[in-house]
Amino acid sequence: MTELIEHTTATATGPTVELSMQQALNRALRTLLSEDGETLVFGEDVGALGGVFRVTDGLQKEFGADRVFDTPLAESAIMGMSVGLAMNGWRPVPELQFDGFAYPAVDQIVNQVARMNYRTRGTVPMPVTLRLPSFGGIQAPEHHGESLEALFAHTPGLKVAVPSDPGEAYRLLLQSVRCDDPVVFMEPKARYWDRRPVELGEPADPVGTSRIVRPGRHGTLIAWGAMVHRCLQVAELAAEDGVDLEVLDLRWLSPLDTEGLAASVRRTKRAVVVHEAPLTAGLGAEVATRVTDACFGDLAAPVQRVTGFDVPYPAGPLEPQYLPTADRVLLAVQRTLEY
Amino acid sequence: MPQNASAGRGPISVGHLSPDLTRELYRHMRTARDLDTEAIALQRQGVFPAYVSVRGQEAAQVGSAAALDPGRDFVFPTYREMAAAQAHGVDMVGYMASHRALWHGGLYDVSASRFGAVNAVVGGPVPHAVGWAVGERLSGADGVALAYFGDGASSEGDVHESMNFAGVYGAPVVFFCQNNQWALSVPNDRQVAGGSISARAQGYGMPGVLVDGNDVGAVHAAASEAVARARRGEGPTLIEALTYRVEPHSTSDDPGRYRGDTETERWRRRDPVTLLREAILAAGHADESALAETDTAALEEAVRIRDGVAAAPEPDGAELFTHVYRGSTEELARQRRTWQEEVEP
Repeated sequence: MTELIEHTTATATGPTVELSMQQALNRALRTLLSEDGETLVFGEDVGALGGVFRVTDGLQKEFGADRVFDTPLAESAIMGMSVGLAMNGWRPVPELQFDGFAYPAVDQIVNQVARMNYRTRGTVPMPVTLRLPSFGGIQAPEHHGESLEALFAHTPGLKVAVPSDPGEAYRLLLQSVRCDDPVVFMEPKARYWDRRPVELGEPADPVGTSRIVRPGRHGTLIAWGAMVHRCLQVAELAAEDGVDLEVLDLRWLSPLDTEGLAASVRRTKRAVVVHEAPLTAGLGAEVATRVTDACFGDLAAPVQRVTGFDVPYPAGPLEPQYLPTADRVLLAVQRTLEY
Repeated sequence: MPQNASAGRGPISVGHLSPDLTRELYRHMRTARDLDTEAIALQRQGVFPAYVSVRGQEAAQVGSAAALDPGRDFVFPTYREMAAAQAHGVDMVGYMASHRALWHGGLYDVSASRFGAVNAVVGGPVPHAVGWAVGERLSGADGVALAYFGDGASSEGDVHESMNFAGVYGAPVVFFCQNNQWALSVPNDRQVAGGSISARAQGYGMPGVLVDGNDVGAVHAAASEAVARARRGEGPTLIEALTYRVEPHSTSDDPGRYRGDTETERWRRRDPVTLLREAILAAGHADESALAETDTAALEEAVRIRDGVAAAPEPDGAELFTHVYRGSTEELARQRRTWQEEVEP
């Protein structure tokens, strides 16, 4: 994929190094484990192996097997254990190995983690950050390419973050773990090996804010995770035809940055929301509704959605036909221009 | 069955316990019994939308909870642990508020009480106990987590996952199963393959103990041993306290549809409060007049709790939004304004 220049709104300052997203996440975990002795990292294969994506590589060696440890293979107990650790004053950063394996833990995530602060009227906070390698694009086996963001964003009490590049991954993970609310941190697997210069500084933008990664005048492409890069590609292609597209990285799917969305679309008058998850009841519907509510008078066309199809996530050869293609996004842009 | 156990028939013995302790156990069990009776009445009067009785399980709950150090250990209940809450020193008006449906988790302070919020997902809090216990060991402290669950919850994956985790980590957890023989309408023989919950402990590398759950002295002995073992760093224990749910599953239930009266009446006659009272008298730990005084004090306490929960104010509607997150969000603030404009009475 072509490297594209990014225009981030983050104003963090710190040393700049070239890192992949997987390395940036590793750096963030090292920072977090160093700065707070109550932070714990655990999950399946996160210890000696360093995680199947090596995000926790070297952490057990550096911080000890008390603070970075392997668990037996049981996702519900991993999340349930996180609740108990948080109740005892720890700051758990569990990993569930793949998106599809979060389903066995949904009871603990939705019924317990998300509600404990509410159930106890604020006396038992849940500063739990669930790291969840997510989304498709790597031709993985079944249950290794799922997009669960609508489920989690629909759950009161949870926050949901999705980084789209290494620098964002570093900053968003720092913010998520430091946040005293539970956060589902969805890591786009397809971008783990994406290397870029990363500024290892403090996060500057508040939780719940989106960012413009490319300014434009004729329409806004709204995306998160790997689809941000798909949209940047589309913007490059559209620019060849004189169409100047803005790309908005939503990055926090809960809370949703309604103001940020509205501010962009009020200027560009057109919006296309792009996600990997299936269409029906996907988060794109919520985004489209919020944009429409906020910008109805300014919109030149109905908000378009380009998403996965309403089918189970397909196997390798069909994956590129399932995921939103540049052509599909371009066609949606065209529909908004010709409306 | 451990030493001192009654094997489920005949009188029980409290000779191995101190008189102070047996009188304390009696006071808690008597209070819980009276409060249970008052709670059923409140449901009949329409004050509680529903209630789940602990009648018949007071020995299992009080005997185990009293084995804990309430300033050091932590209890993880589900939703039928009123007698354990009473014995653990929980603010009982706040506890019973859950049954009045004032707030789902109850209105007591979970952290200060060291007693988890009322939880309707049976089995769900069991891994919380493991996490808490792992955290306790990591910080070098010696507290013990006690997780309550029932014969129904013993089928839940979370319970099995938790026992395995605790076994692997050697975590200081007491898994305390109150086998009251009925998971709502389903009896043990349709619930528990292999016929024994305590026997499953072997597969998780921990001791499994079957105890007469209506014999408070036996329960207390088994729980004390498990707590001491956990505190010494020797890992978890599974205790199965065999008891019986003499009341319906809840005030909304109709047990006539699934079980006969004969069995229930037999268990009603084996009443744990009566058994303890007789054992105290037999052991000379107290006389009739002292026990009568305790009865009076227990009833007064139950009435105080009843009146307290009946008179407790309903939560303000604004509380709908207060504790979803540590702070509010723009969207929740917007929805709160909608509530103020369109709903607030």
